[in-house]
Amino acid sequence: MATQDTYNYTVVRQFAIMTVIWGIVGMLVGVLIAAQMAWPVLNFDIPWLTFSRLRPLHTNAVIFAFGGCALFATSYYVVQRTCHVRLFCDKLAAFTFWGWQAVIVSAAVTLPLGITSSKEYAELEWPIDVLITLVWVAYAVVFFGTLVKRKVAHIYVANWFYGAFILTIAVLHLFNSAALPVSLWKSYSAYAGVQDAMVQWWYGHNAVGFFLTAGFLGIMYYFIPKQAERPVYSYRLSVVHFWALAFTYIWAGPHHLHYTALPDWAQSLGMVFSLILLAPSWGGMINGIMTLSGAWEKLRTDPILKFLIVSVSFYGMSTFEGPMMSIKTVNALSHYTDWTIGHVHSGALGWVAMVSIGAMYYLIPRLFGRKIHSVKLIETHFWVATIGIVLYITSMWISGVMQGLMWRAVNPDGTLTYSFVESVQAMHPYYIVRFLGGAVFLSGMLVMAYNLWKTIAGARPAVAAIPAPAH
Amino acid sequence: MTLSMFHAFWTGLLLAIFIGIVVWAYSGKRRARFEAAARLPLDDGEN
Repeated sequence: MATQDTYNYTVVRQFAIMTVIWGIVGMLVGVLIAAQMAWPVLNFDIPWLTFSRLRPLHTNAVIFAFGGCALFATSYYVVQRTCHVRLFCDKLAAFTFWGWQAVIVSAAVTLPLGITSSKEYAELEWPIDVLITLVWVAYAVVFFGTLVKRKVAHIYVANWFYGAFILTIAVLHLFNSAALPVSLWKSYSAYAGVQDAMVQWWYGHNAVGFFLTAGFLGIMYYFIPKQAERPVYSYRLSVVHFWALAFTYIWAGPHHLHYTALPDWAQSLGMVFSLILLAPSWGGMINGIMTLSGAWEKLRTDPILKFLIVSVSFYGMSTFEGPMMSIKTVNALSHYTDWTIGHVHSGALGWVAMVSIGAMYYLIPRLFGRKIHSVKLIETHFWVATIGIVLYITSMWISGVMQGLMWRAVNPDGTLTYSFVESVQAMHPYYIVRFLGGAVFLSGMLVMAYNLWKTIAGARPAVAAIPAPAH
Repeated sequence: MTLSMFHAFWTGLLLAIFIGIVVWAYSGKRRARFEAAARLPLDDGEN
């Protein structure tokens, strides 16, 4: 039977292509709202286009549509190719694709209409939350079902990271989205007051830790060795990396609630665990980058490797910045300012987007049995993306630190030196630079779409045979 | 035993488990096994 001897590339292909499309859509919305910050007139006085409604659309689209599709695509590819077995249950895998797209489309409709639970990164209302739960359970069944029927004794480390990502997100989503529906499109959180805030940031920070970190570390541990054609620098370090991350990340959430009604001990606990997190984060970064040890010259000629390695460098940068910002005295300056936005985007554009883009450049030509149309255009994309990120994060750093300093400045008589609107006025030039940075990054995505289109146009889907057992 | 005492022991136990994992991962006996595991994605036939 032919289907027994080949990998399921169909679902991988679908998710991979949607990664690129949702990336462009999500980043386009981001560029629009960045422009609205600089030129507020751009909301055209239309409720559906206001910043308050488009901002959650942007975050949901880039995290769950772009990032989510990248994770589905790569996890399905990696688990098959490292287990030497076809994906468990093709029909269920197809359901995860169509179900996830339905979630994304519902988000794109409900959020501009103002339908929201108002929980950050979990804004979608309860009927969509139910659909997410169904898709996620199906995802877990497909992924772990494939692991169960594997033909290779050892479970490769990338699968451990993907598995932790799938399990943790299931738990986070269930607990944080617990709500009492009062109508089809309105529900109230099951938690109240500071407990609600703590559950929200337990969810929020672990969405960063397990969705935006563990899942993408799975990409790092498979695609960097493949593209570099070398095994990972230290497999034992990867084992310790995994468990250190799993043991510590879950505690770091309270650093989002410094100087709030949250008890002081919980704030300090969150800070301490955020500081501890530096160790596993940098262990992982070193492991990824040092995989190129002895083959650094590949970095000069291979733009896909540039994407992957620079992404890990940004991972190192933002996981140094994060623990620093979680220190309460630093947070007193940085919190509620643009510094946070800069930090998030050094992680989101530098790490998550760059590693996904690198993986898609590796993956998509192979899924269609083609060579990439133009290596030069990948190189162009790499530099365009890097310049965009640098513009974005430096403008937000300067703007954020300036905001923080202006807000805390006091005159000798104790009155505030600056009114709030003066700080808003001072931010204006940085908002324009941030918009430019975002637009530059987005233009790189269009180069990618063109390059991939030329690569796969007219190509037939590739069929990959599963290698026969070696022993 | 109070809940605080339980939490303290629990935290100590988790730390001990983690240290156990580190010792396990870095013991010389598993060197060859892990080196083979690291080659897993590279030894898949093609690409």
